[in-house]
Amino acid sequence: MTALSNPPNPVAIDTRPANHVSGAAEHADRVEPAVIQVRDLSVYYGQFHAVGGVTFDVPQNKITALIGPSGCGKSTVLRCINRMNDLVPTARVVGEINYHGVNINDPRVDPVGVRRRIGMVFQKPNPFPKSIYDNVAWGAKVNGIRANMDDLVEQCLRRAALWDEVHDKLQQSGLALSGGQQQRLCIARALANNPDVILMDEPCSALDPISTLRIEDLMRELIQDVTIVIVTHNMQQAARVSDQTVFFSLGENRMGQLIEASPTRELFTNPRDSRTEDYITGRFG
Amino acid sequence: MTAGVPPAPVEGLTSTPNLKRRQSIAAIGRWIFILATAFAIVALGALAWYIISRGWGALSWGLLTNPPSRRPERAGLNLAIYGTLWIISLTVLIAFPMGVAAAIYLEEYAPKNRWTRMLQINISNLAGVPSVVYGLLGLGIFVEWLSLGRVVLAGALTMALLSLPVIIISTQEALKAVPWSLRESAYGVGATRWQVTASHVLPAAFPAILTGAILAVSRAIGETAPLLVAGAAGFVTRRPDSFDDSYTTIPIQLYNWMARPQKEFLDLAAAGIIVLMGLLVLMNSFAIILRQHYSKKTRW
Repeated sequence: MTALSNPPNPVAIDTRPANHVSGAAEHADRVEPAVIQVRDLSVYYGQFHAVGGVTFDVPQNKITALIGPSGCGKSTVLRCINRMNDLVPTARVVGEINYHGVNINDPRVDPVGVRRRIGMVFQKPNPFPKSIYDNVAWGAKVNGIRANMDDLVEQCLRRAALWDEVHDKLQQSGLALSGGQQQRLCIARALANNPDVILMDEPCSALDPISTLRIEDLMRELIQDVTIVIVTHNMQQAARVSDQTVFFSLGENRMGQLIEASPTRELFTNPRDSRTEDYITGRFG
Repeated sequence: MTAGVPPAPVEGLTSTPNLKRRQSIAAIGRWIFILATAFAIVALGALAWYIISRGWGALSWGLLTNPPSRRPERAGLNLAIYGTLWIISLTVLIAFPMGVAAAIYLEEYAPKNRWTRMLQINISNLAGVPSVVYGLLGLGIFVEWLSLGRVVLAGALTMALLSLPVIIISTQEALKAVPWSLRESAYGVGATRWQVTASHVLPAAFPAILTGAILAVSRAIGETAPLLVAGAAGFVTRRPDSFDDSYTTIPIQLYNWMARPQKEFLDLAAAGIIVLMGLLVLMNSFAIILRQHYSKKTRW
Protein backbone atom coordinates (compact mmCIF):
# COMPACT_ATOMS: atom_id res chain seq x y z
CA MET A 1 0.00 0.00 0.00
CA THR A 2 2.90 2.34 -0.59
CA ALA A 3 0.82 4.29 -3.04
CA LEU A 4 -1.47 5.05 -0.18
CA SER A 5 1.24 5.96 2.33
CA ASN A 6 -0.43 9.26 2.88
CA PRO A 7 -3.88 9.03 1.36
CA PRO A 8 -5.89 12.18 1.33
CA ASN A 9 -9.09 11.33 3.08
CA PRO A 10 -11.66 11.81 0.33
CA VAL A 11 -14.27 13.00 2.78
CA ALA A 12 -11.94 15.49 4.40
CA ILE A 13 -11.07 17.20 1.13
CA ASP A 14 -14.34 18.91 0.72
CA THR A 15 -17.33 18.29 2.86
CA ARG A 16 -19.65 20.12 0.58
CA PRO A 17 -20.24 17.32 -1.95
CA ALA A 18 -21.14 14.93 0.82
CA ASN A 19 -23.63 17.38 2.26
CA HIS A 20 -25.11 18.11 -1.08
CA VAL A 21 -25.39 14.52 -1.96
CA SER A 22 -27.19 13.53 1.15
CA GLY A 23 -29.68 16.13 0.03
CA ALA A 24 -29.85 14.55 -3.41
CA ALA A 25 -30.19 11.12 -1.87
CA GLU A 26 -33.12 12.24 0.22
CA HIS A 27 -34.64 13.72 -2.84
CA ALA A 28 -34.09 10.48 -4.76
CA ASP A 29 -35.54 8.44 -1.93
CA ARG A 30 -38.57 10.61 -2.00
CA VAL A 31 -39.16 10.12 -5.70
CA GLU A 32 -37.68 6.81 -6.82
CA PRO A 33 -35.65 4.08 -5.15
CA ALA A 34 -31.94 4.29 -5.98
CA VAL A 35 -30.64 1.50 -8.20
CA ILE A 36 -27.09 2.51 -7.60
CA GLN A 37 -25.59 4.27 -4.62
CA VAL A 38 -22.06 5.54 -5.07
CA ARG A 39 -20.41 6.08 -1.69
CA ASP A 40 -17.07 7.80 -1.17
CA LEU A 41 -15.66 6.54 -4.42
CA SER A 42 -12.00 7.20 -5.26
CA VAL A 43 -10.08 6.08 -8.32
CA TYR A 44 -6.30 6.02 -8.56
CA TYR A 45 -4.27 5.53 -11.70
CA GLY A 46 -0.96 4.39 -10.27
CA GLN A 47 0.03 7.16 -7.86
CA PHE A 48 -2.40 9.64 -9.38
CA HIS A 49 -5.57 10.23 -7.44
CA ALA A 50 -7.90 10.80 -10.39
CA VAL A 51 -11.25 11.18 -8.64
CA GLY A 52 -12.08 11.34 -4.97
CA GLY A 53 -14.96 11.56 -2.55
CA VAL A 54 -17.70 10.84 -5.02
CA THR A 55 -21.08 10.14 -3.47
CA PHE A 56 -24.39 10.18 -5.29
CA ASP A 57 -27.46 8.09 -6.00
CA VAL A 58 -28.84 6.92 -9.30
CA PRO A 59 -32.66 6.85 -9.15
CA GLN A 60 -34.48 4.05 -10.90
CA ASN A 61 -36.01 4.55 -14.34
CA LYS A 62 -34.45 7.98 -14.59
CA ILE A 63 -31.62 9.45 -16.59
CA THR A 64 -28.69 10.67 -14.57
CA ALA A 65 -26.24 12.89 -16.45
CA LEU A 66 -22.64 13.32 -15.38
CA ILE A 67 -21.26 16.64 -16.60
CA GLY A 68 -18.14 18.67 -16.05
CA PRO A 69 -15.00 19.96 -17.74
CA SER A 70 -12.57 17.60 -19.51
CA GLY A 71 -10.45 15.45 -17.26
CA CYS A 72 -12.67 15.84 -14.21
CA GLY A 73 -13.24 12.10 -13.95
CA LYS A 74 -16.84 11.70 -15.07
CA SER A 75 -16.00 8.86 -17.48
CA THR A 76 -13.79 7.30 -14.83
CA VAL A 77 -16.70 7.28 -12.38
CA LEU A 78 -19.03 5.89 -15.03
CA ARG A 79 -16.60 3.08 -15.78
CA CYS A 80 -16.52 2.13 -12.11
CA ILE A 81 -20.22 1.37 -12.19
CA ASN A 82 -19.71 -1.72 -14.38
CA ARG A 83 -16.17 -2.49 -13.21
CA MET A 84 -14.72 -1.47 -16.57
CA ASN A 85 -11.74 0.06 -14.78
CA ASP A 86 -10.70 -3.45 -13.80
CA LEU A 87 -9.34 -3.70 -17.33
CA VAL A 88 -6.96 -0.79 -16.80
CA PRO A 89 -3.88 -2.37 -15.23
CA THR A 90 -2.89 0.64 -13.11
CA ALA A 91 -6.38 1.60 -11.94
CA ARG A 92 -7.45 1.09 -8.34
CA VAL A 93 -10.97 1.77 -7.09
CA VAL A 94 -11.72 2.52 -3.47
CA GLY A 95 -15.16 3.04 -2.01
CA GLU A 96 -18.56 1.47 -2.42
CA ILE A 97 -20.91 1.18 -5.33
CA ASN A 98 -24.09 -0.43 -4.15
CA TYR A 99 -26.14 -1.96 -6.91
CA HIS A 100 -29.52 -3.04 -5.51
CA GLY A 101 -27.80 -3.05 -2.15
CA VAL A 102 -24.82 -5.19 -3.21
CA ASN A 103 -21.41 -3.55 -3.20
CA ILE A 104 -20.05 -4.44 -6.63
CA ASN A 105 -16.51 -3.67 -5.47
CA ASP A 106 -16.75 -6.57 -3.05
CA PRO A 107 -14.06 -9.12 -3.96
CA ARG A 108 -16.70 -11.83 -4.16
CA VAL A 109 -18.51 -10.02 -6.96
CA ASP A 110 -17.57 -11.17 -10.47
CA PRO A 111 -17.16 -8.18 -12.81
CA VAL A 112 -18.42 -10.31 -15.71
CA GLY A 113 -21.72 -10.75 -13.90
CA VAL A 114 -21.86 -7.01 -13.19
CA ARG A 115 -21.37 -6.11 -16.84
CA ARG A 116 -24.12 -8.47 -17.90
CA ARG A 117 -26.58 -6.59 -15.64
CA ILE A 118 -25.17 -3.12 -16.26
CA GLY A 119 -24.71 -2.56 -19.99
CA MET A 120 -22.54 0.03 -21.63
CA VAL A 121 -22.56 2.20 -24.75
CA PHE A 122 -19.27 3.83 -25.67
CA GLN A 123 -18.21 7.19 -27.00
CA LYS A 124 -17.24 5.98 -30.43
CA PRO A 125 -19.79 3.61 -31.98
CA ASN A 126 -17.99 0.27 -31.82
CA PRO A 127 -20.10 -2.52 -33.26
CA PHE A 128 -18.40 -5.88 -33.55
CA PRO A 129 -17.01 -6.55 -37.04
CA LYS A 130 -19.84 -9.04 -37.46
CA SER A 131 -23.31 -9.01 -38.94
CA ILE A 132 -26.02 -6.80 -37.47
CA TYR A 133 -27.74 -9.95 -36.23
CA ASP A 134 -24.64 -11.30 -34.50
CA ASN A 135 -23.92 -7.92 -32.96
CA VAL A 136 -27.13 -8.17 -31.02
CA ALA A 137 -27.15 -11.92 -30.44
CA TRP A 138 -23.57 -12.38 -29.28
CA GLY A 139 -23.94 -10.86 -25.84
CA ALA A 140 -27.00 -12.96 -25.12
CA LYS A 141 -25.23 -16.05 -26.44
CA VAL A 142 -22.12 -15.70 -24.26
CA ASN A 143 -24.30 -15.13 -21.24
CA GLY A 144 -26.14 -18.35 -21.91
CA ILE A 145 -29.49 -16.70 -22.46
CA ARG A 146 -31.74 -19.35 -23.93
CA ALA A 147 -34.33 -17.57 -25.97
CA ASN A 148 -35.47 -17.55 -29.54
CA MET A 149 -32.58 -15.53 -30.93
CA ASP A 150 -34.53 -14.26 -33.93
CA ASP A 151 -37.19 -12.87 -31.63
CA LEU A 152 -34.63 -11.44 -29.24
CA VAL A 153 -32.72 -9.72 -32.04
CA GLU A 154 -35.91 -8.23 -33.47
CA GLN A 155 -37.13 -7.11 -30.07
CA CYS A 156 -33.82 -5.43 -29.18
CA LEU A 157 -33.54 -3.74 -32.55
CA ARG A 158 -37.10 -2.48 -32.19
CA ARG A 159 -36.41 -1.15 -28.71
CA ALA A 160 -33.35 0.60 -30.11
CA ALA A 161 -35.52 2.14 -32.87
CA LEU A 162 -33.38 0.52 -35.54
CA TRP A 163 -35.51 -2.38 -36.75
CA ASP A 164 -37.27 -0.53 -39.57
CA GLU A 165 -33.95 0.54 -41.05
CA VAL A 166 -32.15 -2.81 -40.87
CA HIS A 167 -34.75 -5.61 -40.83
CA ASP A 168 -33.99 -6.52 -44.45
CA LYS A 169 -30.21 -6.58 -44.04
CA LEU A 170 -29.57 -8.34 -40.76
CA GLN A 171 -26.69 -10.32 -42.26
CA GLN A 172 -24.78 -7.23 -43.37
CA SER A 173 -21.85 -5.98 -41.37
CA GLY A 174 -22.75 -3.72 -38.48
CA LEU A 175 -19.94 -1.47 -39.61
CA ALA A 176 -21.68 -0.73 -42.89
CA LEU A 177 -24.28 1.36 -41.05
CA SER A 178 -24.07 5.11 -40.52
CA GLY A 179 -22.61 6.44 -37.28
CA GLY A 180 -25.99 7.10 -35.70
CA GLN A 181 -27.29 3.69 -36.73
CA GLN A 182 -24.14 2.06 -35.39
CA GLN A 183 -24.69 3.73 -32.04
CA ARG A 184 -28.30 2.52 -31.94
CA LEU A 185 -27.00 -0.95 -32.84
CA CYS A 186 -24.69 -0.69 -29.83
CA ILE A 187 -27.71 0.20 -27.71
CA ALA A 188 -29.58 -2.81 -29.10
CA ARG A 189 -26.53 -4.93 -28.30
CA ALA A 190 -26.56 -3.66 -24.72
CA LEU A 191 -30.30 -4.41 -24.46
CA ALA A 192 -29.88 -8.04 -25.49
CA ASN A 193 -28.80 -9.04 -21.99
CA ASN A 194 -31.89 -7.35 -20.59
CA PRO A 195 -29.86 -5.13 -18.27
CA ASP A 196 -31.57 -2.82 -15.83
CA VAL A 197 -28.92 -0.13 -16.03
CA ILE A 198 -27.24 1.20 -19.17
CA LEU A 199 -24.16 3.37 -18.92
CA MET A 200 -23.49 5.74 -21.82
CA ASP A 201 -20.13 7.39 -22.20
CA GLU A 202 -20.69 10.46 -24.39
CA PRO A 203 -22.76 8.38 -26.80
CA CYS A 204 -23.48 11.28 -29.15
CA SER A 205 -20.13 13.02 -29.31
CA ALA A 206 -19.32 11.39 -32.66
CA LEU A 207 -22.79 11.95 -34.14
CA ASP A 208 -24.52 14.66 -36.12
CA PRO A 209 -27.34 16.69 -34.51
CA ILE A 210 -30.16 14.67 -36.07
CA SER A 211 -28.71 11.33 -35.00
CA THR A 212 -28.10 12.88 -31.59
CA LEU A 213 -31.77 13.81 -31.23
CA ARG A 214 -32.83 10.31 -32.23
CA ILE A 215 -30.61 8.82 -29.54
CA GLU A 216 -31.97 11.27 -26.99
CA ASP A 217 -35.58 10.39 -27.89
CA LEU A 218 -34.64 6.75 -27.63
CA MET A 219 -33.17 7.28 -24.18
CA ARG A 220 -36.42 8.85 -22.97
CA GLU A 221 -38.30 5.80 -24.25
CA LEU A 222 -35.87 3.31 -22.77
CA ILE A 223 -36.19 4.56 -19.22
CA GLN A 224 -39.57 2.92 -19.00
CA ASP A 225 -37.61 -0.30 -18.48
CA VAL A 226 -34.07 0.70 -17.62
CA THR A 227 -32.06 3.24 -15.70
CA ILE A 228 -29.56 5.31 -17.66
CA VAL A 229 -26.39 7.02 -16.54
CA ILE A 230 -24.91 9.20 -19.26
CA VAL A 231 -21.66 11.14 -19.40
CA THR A 232 -21.93 14.14 -21.65
CA HIS A 233 -19.83 17.11 -22.61
CA ASN A 234 -22.89 18.78 -23.88
CA MET A 235 -24.74 20.73 -21.20
CA GLN A 236 -27.76 21.24 -23.44
CA GLN A 237 -27.98 17.50 -23.82
CA ALA A 238 -27.88 17.01 -20.06
CA ALA A 239 -30.57 19.66 -19.67
CA ARG A 240 -32.70 18.09 -22.42
CA VAL A 241 -32.65 14.44 -21.44
CA SER A 242 -31.68 13.96 -17.83
CA ASP A 243 -33.72 13.91 -14.65
CA GLN A 244 -30.76 14.28 -12.37
CA THR A 245 -27.46 15.99 -13.11
CA VAL A 246 -24.20 15.37 -11.32
CA PHE A 247 -21.56 18.07 -11.77
CA PHE A 248 -17.88 17.24 -11.43
CA SER A 249 -14.96 19.61 -11.41
CA LEU A 250 -11.23 19.58 -10.95
CA GLY A 251 -9.95 20.29 -7.47
CA GLU A 252 -6.43 20.71 -6.15
CA ASN A 253 -3.80 18.27 -7.50
CA ARG A 254 -5.92 17.92 -10.61
CA MET A 255 -8.17 15.53 -8.76
CA GLY A 256 -11.73 15.27 -10.01
CA GLN A 257 -14.43 15.75 -7.43
CA LEU A 258 -18.17 15.85 -7.27
CA ILE A 259 -19.49 19.37 -6.74
CA GLU A 260 -23.20 18.96 -6.91
CA ALA A 261 -25.82 16.33 -7.59
CA SER A 262 -29.31 17.75 -8.05
CA PRO A 263 -32.46 17.29 -10.06
CA THR A 264 -31.59 18.61 -13.49
CA ARG A 265 -33.98 21.55 -13.51
CA GLU A 266 -32.77 22.66 -10.13
CA LEU A 267 -29.10 22.35 -11.08
CA PHE A 268 -29.52 24.41 -14.22
CA THR A 269 -31.84 27.07 -12.83
CA ASN A 270 -30.76 27.34 -9.25
CA PRO A 271 -27.33 25.75 -8.70
CA ARG A 272 -26.30 25.47 -5.09
CA ASP A 273 -22.59 25.80 -5.72
CA SER A 274 -20.97 28.84 -7.31
CA ARG A 275 -18.67 26.53 -9.31
CA THR A 276 -21.67 24.85 -10.87
CA GLU A 277 -23.09 28.22 -11.76
CA ASP A 278 -19.80 29.31 -13.31
CA TYR A 279 -19.71 26.17 -15.40
CA ILE A 280 -23.28 26.18 -16.65
CA THR A 281 -23.15 29.87 -17.47
CA GLY A 282 -20.01 29.26 -19.50
CA ARG A 283 -17.63 31.18 -17.28
CA PHE A 284 -15.18 28.26 -17.21
CA GLY A 285 -14.70 24.79 -18.62
CA MET B 1 -17.36 37.88 -62.89
CA THR B 2 -18.05 41.50 -62.23
CA ALA B 3 -16.47 43.48 -64.98
CA GLY B 4 -14.02 46.19 -64.08
CA VAL B 5 -12.92 44.69 -60.76
CA PRO B 6 -9.42 43.26 -61.18
CA PRO B 7 -8.92 39.88 -59.48
CA ALA B 8 -7.06 40.16 -56.22
CA PRO B 9 -3.46 39.05 -56.69
CA VAL B 10 -2.79 35.78 -54.92
CA GLU B 11 0.80 35.07 -54.01
CA GLY B 12 2.45 31.72 -53.58
CA LEU B 13 0.12 29.60 -55.67
CA THR B 14 2.63 29.13 -58.42
CA SER B 15 6.32 28.53 -58.04
CA THR B 16 8.05 30.41 -55.26
CA PRO B 17 11.66 29.68 -54.25
CA ASN B 18 10.51 28.12 -51.01
CA LEU B 19 7.97 25.83 -52.73
CA LYS B 20 10.54 24.87 -55.35
CA ARG B 21 13.07 23.85 -52.73
CA ARG B 22 10.58 21.79 -50.74
CA GLN B 23 9.25 20.08 -53.85
CA SER B 24 12.74 19.15 -55.05
CA ILE B 25 13.49 17.58 -51.65
CA ALA B 26 10.26 15.64 -51.99
CA ALA B 27 11.30 14.46 -55.45
CA ILE B 28 14.68 13.27 -54.14
CA GLY B 29 12.91 11.28 -51.46
CA ARG B 30 10.67 9.69 -54.04
CA TRP B 31 13.61 8.59 -56.15
CA ILE B 32 15.47 7.11 -53.20
CA PHE B 33 12.49 4.89 -52.45
CA ILE B 34 12.05 3.92 -56.10
CA LEU B 35 15.74 3.01 -56.35
CA ALA B 36 15.62 0.94 -53.18
CA THR B 37 12.64 -1.00 -54.49
CA ALA B 38 14.22 -1.39 -57.90
CA PHE B 39 17.45 -2.67 -56.38
CA ALA B 40 15.60 -5.39 -54.48
CA ILE B 41 13.60 -6.39 -57.54
CA VAL B 42 16.63 -6.45 -59.83
CA ALA B 43 18.73 -8.45 -57.38
CA LEU B 44 15.94 -11.00 -56.87
CA GLY B 45 15.26 -11.10 -60.60
CA ALA B 46 18.95 -11.72 -61.37
CA LEU B 47 19.11 -14.54 -58.83
CA ALA B 48 15.94 -16.12 -60.17
CA TRP B 49 17.17 -15.79 -63.74
CA TYR B 50 20.52 -17.35 -62.91
CA ILE B 51 18.93 -20.29 -61.11
CA ILE B 52 16.26 -20.89 -63.72
CA SER B 53 18.60 -20.65 -66.71
CA ARG B 54 21.05 -22.95 -64.97
CA GLY B 55 18.60 -25.50 -63.64
CA TRP B 56 15.85 -25.54 -66.26
CA GLY B 57 17.63 -28.16 -68.36
CA ALA B 58 18.08 -30.48 -65.40
CA LEU B 59 14.44 -30.18 -64.34
CA SER B 60 12.64 -33.48 -64.86
CA TRP B 61 10.11 -35.83 -63.29
CA GLY B 62 13.05 -37.97 -62.26
CA LEU B 63 14.25 -35.15 -60.04
CA LEU B 64 11.03 -35.43 -58.07
CA THR B 65 10.69 -39.21 -58.09
CA ASN B 66 14.26 -40.55 -57.86
CA PRO B 67 16.11 -41.28 -54.64
CA PRO B 68 19.61 -39.84 -54.29
CA SER B 69 22.33 -41.48 -56.33
CA ARG B 70 26.02 -41.13 -57.03
CA ARG B 71 25.22 -40.81 -60.71
CA PRO B 72 23.78 -37.39 -61.57
CA GLU B 73 21.44 -38.72 -64.27
CA ARG B 74 19.79 -41.03 -61.74
CA ALA B 75 19.84 -38.71 -58.74
CA GLY B 76 16.61 -37.15 -57.44
CA LEU B 77 15.09 -35.28 -54.55
CA ASN B 78 12.30 -37.69 -53.75
CA LEU B 79 13.43 -38.70 -50.27
CA ALA B 80 14.45 -35.14 -49.44
CA ILE B 81 11.00 -33.83 -50.46
CA TYR B 82 9.39 -36.32 -48.09
CA GLY B 83 11.85 -35.29 -45.40
CA THR B 84 11.09 -31.59 -45.89
CA LEU B 85 7.33 -32.21 -45.84
CA TRP B 86 7.64 -34.22 -42.64
CA ILE B 87 9.82 -31.66 -40.94
CA ILE B 88 7.73 -28.66 -41.99
CA SER B 89 4.36 -30.14 -41.15
CA LEU B 90 5.53 -31.28 -37.73
CA THR B 91 7.19 -27.92 -37.15
CA VAL B 92 3.96 -26.08 -37.98
CA LEU B 93 1.93 -28.45 -35.82
CA ILE B 94 4.22 -27.86 -32.85
CA ALA B 95 5.28 -24.25 -33.23
CA PHE B 96 2.08 -22.60 -34.48
CA PRO B 97 -0.31 -23.51 -31.65
CA MET B 98 2.41 -23.08 -29.05
CA GLY B 99 3.57 -19.74 -30.41
CA VAL B 100 0.07 -18.34 -30.80
CA ALA B 101 -0.89 -19.53 -27.32
CA ALA B 102 2.23 -17.98 -25.80
CA ALA B 103 1.53 -14.69 -27.59
CA ILE B 104 -2.08 -14.69 -26.38
CA TYR B 105 -0.87 -15.20 -22.84
CA LEU B 106 1.68 -12.40 -23.10
CA GLU B 107 -0.70 -9.92 -24.75
CA GLU B 108 -4.08 -10.70 -23.25
CA TYR B 109 -3.43 -12.27 -19.87
CA ALA B 110 0.02 -11.56 -18.47
CA PRO B 111 0.38 -8.55 -16.18
CA LYS B 112 2.72 -5.90 -17.48
CA ASN B 113 5.53 -6.00 -14.97
CA ARG B 114 9.31 -6.29 -14.85
CA TRP B 115 9.18 -10.06 -15.20
CA THR B 116 7.07 -10.08 -18.37
CA ARG B 117 9.14 -7.23 -19.84
CA MET B 118 12.26 -9.33 -19.31
CA LEU B 119 10.55 -12.30 -20.93
CA GLN B 120 9.65 -10.08 -23.85
CA ILE B 121 13.22 -8.88 -24.36
CA ASN B 122 14.45 -12.45 -24.22
CA ILE B 123 11.99 -13.60 -26.86
CA SER B 124 13.03 -10.76 -29.14
CA ASN B 125 16.66 -11.72 -28.67
CA LEU B 126 15.91 -15.36 -29.39
CA ALA B 127 14.51 -14.33 -32.77
CA GLY B 128 17.93 -12.96 -33.62
CA VAL B 129 20.01 -15.95 -32.50
CA PRO B 130 21.88 -17.59 -35.43
CA SER B 131 20.04 -20.69 -36.54
CA VAL B 132 23.04 -22.97 -36.12
CA VAL B 133 22.83 -22.34 -32.38
CA TYR B 134 19.35 -23.86 -32.44
CA GLY B 135 20.86 -26.82 -34.24
CA LEU B 136 23.36 -27.31 -31.41
CA LEU B 137 20.54 -26.95 -28.87
CA GLY B 138 18.47 -29.52 -30.76
CA LEU B 139 21.44 -31.87 -30.91
CA GLY B 140 22.07 -31.47 -27.21
CA ILE B 141 18.49 -31.69 -25.96
CA PHE B 142 16.45 -33.74 -28.40
CA VAL B 143 19.01 -35.99 -30.08
CA GLU B 144 21.33 -36.69 -27.17
CA TRP B 145 19.65 -35.92 -23.86
CA LEU B 146 16.16 -37.14 -24.74
CA SER B 147 17.83 -39.84 -26.87
CA LEU B 148 15.44 -39.31 -29.75
CA GLY B 149 18.29 -39.93 -32.15
CA ARG B 150 18.81 -38.34 -35.55
CA VAL B 151 15.17 -38.61 -36.52
CA VAL B 152 12.35 -36.51 -37.98
CA LEU B 153 10.90 -35.62 -34.57
CA ALA B 154 14.21 -34.25 -33.27
CA GLY B 155 14.62 -32.17 -36.42
CA ALA B 156 11.06 -30.85 -36.24
CA LEU B 157 11.40 -29.93 -32.57
CA THR B 158 14.60 -28.08 -33.39
CA MET B 159 12.88 -26.20 -36.20
CA ALA B 160 9.93 -25.48 -33.92
CA LEU B 161 12.30 -23.87 -31.41
CA LEU B 162 13.76 -21.82 -34.21
CA SER B 163 10.35 -20.65 -35.44
CA LEU B 164 8.75 -20.03 -32.05
CA PRO B 165 10.17 -16.57 -31.30
CA VAL B 166 9.20 -15.25 -34.73
CA ILE B 167 5.69 -16.68 -34.45
CA ILE B 168 5.27 -15.32 -30.92
CA ILE B 169 6.44 -11.84 -31.85
CA SER B 170 4.40 -11.58 -35.04
CA THR B 171 1.31 -12.91 -33.27
CA GLN B 172 1.78 -10.37 -30.49
CA GLU B 173 1.99 -7.60 -33.07
CA ALA B 174 -1.18 -8.89 -34.70
CA LEU B 175 -2.98 -8.93 -31.35
CA LYS B 176 -1.74 -5.45 -30.51
CA ALA B 177 -3.19 -4.18 -33.78
CA VAL B 178 -6.71 -5.21 -32.72
CA PRO B 179 -8.29 -1.99 -31.43
CA TRP B 180 -8.89 -1.81 -27.70
CA SER B 181 -12.45 -0.63 -28.34
CA LEU B 182 -13.31 -4.05 -29.76
CA ARG B 183 -12.25 -5.78 -26.54
CA GLU B 184 -14.02 -3.13 -24.51
CA SER B 185 -17.30 -3.56 -26.35
CA ALA B 186 -17.15 -7.31 -25.85
CA TYR B 187 -16.34 -7.00 -22.15
CA GLY B 188 -19.18 -4.48 -21.98
CA VAL B 189 -21.82 -7.11 -22.74
CA GLY B 190 -20.55 -9.37 -20.01
CA ALA B 191 -18.07 -11.63 -21.77
CA THR B 192 -15.21 -13.37 -20.01
CA ARG B 193 -11.64 -12.82 -21.07
CA TRP B 194 -11.62 -16.07 -22.96
CA GLN B 195 -14.88 -15.23 -24.77
CA VAL B 196 -13.50 -11.83 -25.75
CA THR B 197 -10.25 -13.36 -26.95
CA ALA B 198 -11.73 -16.32 -28.79
CA SER B 199 -14.70 -14.60 -30.43
CA HIS B 200 -13.29 -11.18 -31.25
CA VAL B 201 -9.59 -10.66 -30.75
CA LEU B 202 -8.32 -13.86 -32.38
CA PRO B 203 -10.59 -13.74 -35.46
CA ALA B 204 -9.67 -10.10 -36.03
CA ALA B 205 -5.98 -10.84 -35.64
CA PHE B 206 -5.95 -14.16 -37.44
CA PRO B 207 -5.05 -12.96 -40.97
CA ALA B 208 -2.05 -11.08 -39.58
CA ILE B 209 -1.09 -14.04 -37.40
CA LEU B 210 -1.09 -16.26 -40.49
CA THR B 211 1.12 -13.79 -42.33
CA GLY B 212 3.65 -14.00 -39.52
CA ALA B 213 3.47 -17.76 -39.50
CA ILE B 214 4.04 -17.88 -43.25
CA LEU B 215 7.22 -15.85 -42.82
CA ALA B 216 8.45 -18.09 -40.00
CA VAL B 217 7.75 -21.30 -41.90
CA SER B 218 9.22 -19.96 -45.13
CA ARG B 219 12.38 -19.27 -43.22
CA ALA B 220 12.37 -22.72 -41.64
CA ILE B 221 11.84 -24.52 -44.94
CA GLY B 222 15.07 -23.17 -46.37
CA GLU B 223 17.17 -23.68 -43.24
CA THR B 224 20.13 -25.99 -43.67
CA ALA B 225 22.53 -25.34 -40.83
CA PRO B 226 20.42 -26.32 -37.80
CA LEU B 227 19.30 -29.60 -39.36
CA LEU B 228 22.81 -30.35 -40.51
CA VAL B 229 23.90 -30.06 -36.89
CA ALA B 230 20.83 -31.66 -35.36
CA GLY B 231 21.13 -34.81 -37.34
CA ALA B 232 19.70 -34.73 -40.82
CA ALA B 233 21.42 -37.50 -42.73
CA GLY B 234 23.60 -36.56 -45.66
CA PHE B 235 22.59 -39.63 -47.58
CA VAL B 236 19.40 -41.57 -46.94
CA THR B 237 18.23 -44.63 -48.79
CA ARG B 238 14.79 -45.01 -47.25
CA ARG B 239 11.77 -42.77 -47.36
CA PRO B 240 10.88 -41.35 -43.92
CA ASP B 241 7.49 -42.81 -43.03
CA SER B 242 7.16 -41.81 -39.41
CA PHE B 243 8.50 -39.29 -36.96
CA ASP B 244 11.23 -41.62 -35.74
CA ASP B 245 12.77 -42.30 -39.12
CA SER B 246 16.02 -40.78 -40.27
CA TYR B 247 15.62 -38.09 -42.90
CA THR B 248 17.22 -35.53 -45.08
CA THR B 249 15.69 -32.33 -46.43
CA ILE B 250 15.82 -30.52 -49.75
CA PRO B 251 18.30 -27.81 -48.69
CA ILE B 252 20.65 -30.43 -47.26
CA GLN B 253 20.42 -32.55 -50.38
CA LEU B 254 21.22 -29.47 -52.46
CA TYR B 255 24.09 -28.60 -50.16
CA ASN B 256 25.52 -32.08 -50.79
CA TRP B 257 25.15 -31.82 -54.54
CA MET B 258 26.86 -28.45 -54.61
CA ALA B 259 29.85 -29.96 -52.82
CA ARG B 260 30.34 -32.48 -55.65
CA PRO B 261 32.93 -31.85 -58.34
CA GLN B 262 30.73 -32.81 -61.33
CA LYS B 263 29.10 -29.96 -63.20
CA GLU B 264 25.94 -32.09 -63.64
CA PHE B 265 25.35 -32.06 -59.91
CA LEU B 266 25.60 -28.26 -59.84
CA ASP B 267 22.91 -28.06 -62.53
CA LEU B 268 20.86 -30.55 -60.56
CA ALA B 269 21.21 -28.35 -57.48
CA ALA B 270 19.95 -25.37 -59.46
CA ALA B 271 16.96 -27.45 -60.56
CA GLY B 272 16.46 -28.47 -56.94
CA ILE B 273 16.32 -24.84 -55.92
CA ILE B 274 13.51 -24.34 -58.43
CA VAL B 275 11.67 -27.26 -56.81
CA LEU B 276 12.24 -25.77 -53.36
CA MET B 277 10.94 -22.40 -54.52
CA GLY B 278 7.93 -24.09 -56.09
CA LEU B 279 7.18 -25.85 -52.83
CA LEU B 280 7.49 -22.56 -50.97
CA VAL B 281 5.12 -20.80 -53.36
CA LEU B 282 2.67 -23.69 -53.03
CA MET B 283 2.67 -23.57 -49.24
CA ASN B 284 2.44 -19.79 -49.17
CA SER B 285 -0.51 -19.75 -51.52
CA PHE B 286 -2.27 -22.23 -49.27
CA ALA B 287 -1.65 -19.93 -46.32
CA ILE B 288 -2.81 -16.92 -48.31
CA ILE B 289 -6.04 -18.68 -49.28
CA LEU B 290 -6.55 -19.50 -45.61
CA ARG B 291 -5.88 -15.88 -44.72
CA GLN B 292 -8.40 -14.61 -47.28
CA HIS B 293 -10.94 -17.02 -45.93
CA TYR B 294 -10.52 -15.75 -42.39
CA SER B 295 -10.42 -12.08 -43.26
CA LYS B 296 -13.77 -12.50 -45.03
CA LYS B 297 -15.24 -13.92 -41.84
CA THR B 298 -14.61 -10.67 -40.05
CA ARG B 299 -17.00 -8.13 -41.51
CA TRP B 300 -15.02 -4.94 -41.16
